[in-house]
Amino acid sequence: MNLAFRDVRHNLFRFLLTCLGLGLLMTVVLAMMGIYNGLVADALNIVKAPQADLWVVEADTQGPFAEASKIPNDTREAVARLHGVVETGSITYQTVEAPFEGATLRLYVIGYERGRLGGPHTITEGRGLQASHFELVADAKSGLFLGDTLVLGRNRFTVVGLVRDTMNSGGDPAIFITLADAQVLQTQLAPSAARVQAARGASAGAAGGATIAAVIARLDPSVDVQNVAHTVRQWKHLAALTQNEQEDILIQSVVDKARKQIGLFLGILLTVSAVVIALIIYTMTMEKLKQIATLKLIGAPDSVIIGLIVQQSVALGAVGLILGLGLILAVKDYFPRRVLLEPVNALALTGIILVVCVLASGLGVRAALKVDPATALGG
Amino acid sequence: MVQDKRSAIVEVRGVAKHYGEGEARVDALRSLDLTVHAGEVVALLGPSGSGKTTLLNIIGCIIDPSKGQVSLDGEMVYDNAWLRGDLRRLRLDKIGFIFQAHNLLPFLNAADNVALVLQLAGQSAAVAQARAQELLDYLEVGNRARAMPALLSGGEAQRVAIARALANSPRIILADEPTAALDSKRAGIVMDLLRKLAAEQDACIIAVTHDEKILDRFDHLFHLRDGRLEDKKEDAT
Repeated sequence: MNLAFRDVRHNLFRFLLTCLGLGLLMTVVLAMMGIYNGLVADALNIVKAPQADLWVVEADTQGPFAEASKIPNDTREAVARLHGVVETGSITYQTVEAPFEGATLRLYVIGYERGRLGGPHTITEGRGLQASHFELVADAKSGLFLGDTLVLGRNRFTVVGLVRDTMNSGGDPAIFITLADAQVLQTQLAPSAARVQAARGASAGAAGGATIAAVIARLDPSVDVQNVAHTVRQWKHLAALTQNEQEDILIQSVVDKARKQIGLFLGILLTVSAVVIALIIYTMTMEKLKQIATLKLIGAPDSVIIGLIVQQSVALGAVGLILGLGLILAVKDYFPRRVLLEPVNALALTGIILVVCVLASGLGVRAALKVDPATALGG
Repeated sequence: MVQDKRSAIVEVRGVAKHYGEGEARVDALRSLDLTVHAGEVVALLGPSGSGKTTLLNIIGCIIDPSKGQVSLDGEMVYDNAWLRGDLRRLRLDKIGFIFQAHNLLPFLNAADNVALVLQLAGQSAAVAQARAQELLDYLEVGNRARAMPALLSGGEAQRVAIARALANSPRIILADEPTAALDSKRAGIVMDLLRKLAAEQDACIIAVTHDEKILDRFDHLFHLRDGRLEDKKEDAT
């Protein structure tokens, strides 16, 4: 006879209400985990999307994500000629604000050369860029749909494809346009003084039109990426970062503070959850002291009483966790930023909640074991 | 007395119990002797604080005496050989408790409240349920076997509590104000039932009571005052 189950069944409504409260708390914990993961994943997605091995950027910078990087347009040809380089692509990044249907969209514009590295990885709807100009592929979170048109700079672009989960570390959804369009957009968006300089005959590079942010390269698997990076670094005006270095820079310098902030908050939330569970279990036990005294008096061993408390505690945590998981899975897509939940998160939280429940029930068990069976007799 | 020729189930010799030390010392029981035989139904009477509940707790293996010896069904308890787990087992096997407020577990139905004791003693669920139903039928509450305690009347709940106390066929039944929650008629019925059970099961019943209307149902009345038995034994009838 499982006393914990019988007790839960007897007070089912109250138990479920308690589980719901705990479930909401678990929802917040899982949401924070998801936001934490989403922040890191979004930041890394942009870097991982081109599937490059090497990033060639402006010397003495950690560009193009951590700081600005401008290198000459023809750098790609030079990099492509290096031993072991299989594929290359020139790429630009910039953040723009564009009017759309009465609102202003903040977008992360990625310019790339069609047919080369740097384009969208997987198109979920529509197609990739086919025309040389005025087409774009957008992240679905931008709110743009296939066929929508959007004015960027002085030109109107048509949405021809959609991708998912492509945004910068600030949460701005990405759009992909051709490198040529992106360079024109850079010029058009440059300060008016720069445009004046361009009109006076200054070089295109000075106006920002003929530069790129980085050259990305894919290497032959048999080639040591560090050797190629070393070769590039010998060209004084360039720096080279491996894919891993680029990811580390993003994590450590770009999203590090936000990550720590969310991580700390997550820690506080888990602590609060532990205290709440402990209090609930303790209160549930205190309400049953007379029944526990009766059980002791009729000869129930301590294991029966401990089982009653620990099983209820674990059931409370398990049901709360399932409710929390269900709720966050139902609402996660409504968050403005990506909430990324991995199975390992659910497993980790399950482990944490299990440990917390067992530890929290310790308070209740301690109170129960101290109950004098004579309490049941009264007097 | 017929009972005196029968075997003694409860023997209390020179039992004393005190709480605290020095000026704070309270003597709850002072060198008390008591013998109860199989089939006897006895009452412990006395004012509040006279030591009735302390004596019941000592006989019920709930608290240790400070001094003296207690023998239950031929087994000497509270010597060093008895550990806490053994006392629990002794309670389970040899002692049945009946409470003032029935103390049925509210989350178990009537039959499960009775069957629980049997399952704790190692009986299978099926055997325990069958025995529980048998006991409830015997106590004329078999039709309420699936009812939760909150839905039982006071009399029904007390009968279920008696069934639980009897589940393991204990030799000693300790009752704390067993009729306090019942009217005169019901109290009389419950006491008659206890007397019948004591005779049938060759058990003894020791009850703490203040209920004067049932005193004639006891074989002997033991009066306690200031931790001592005032009279060794008084025949109720």
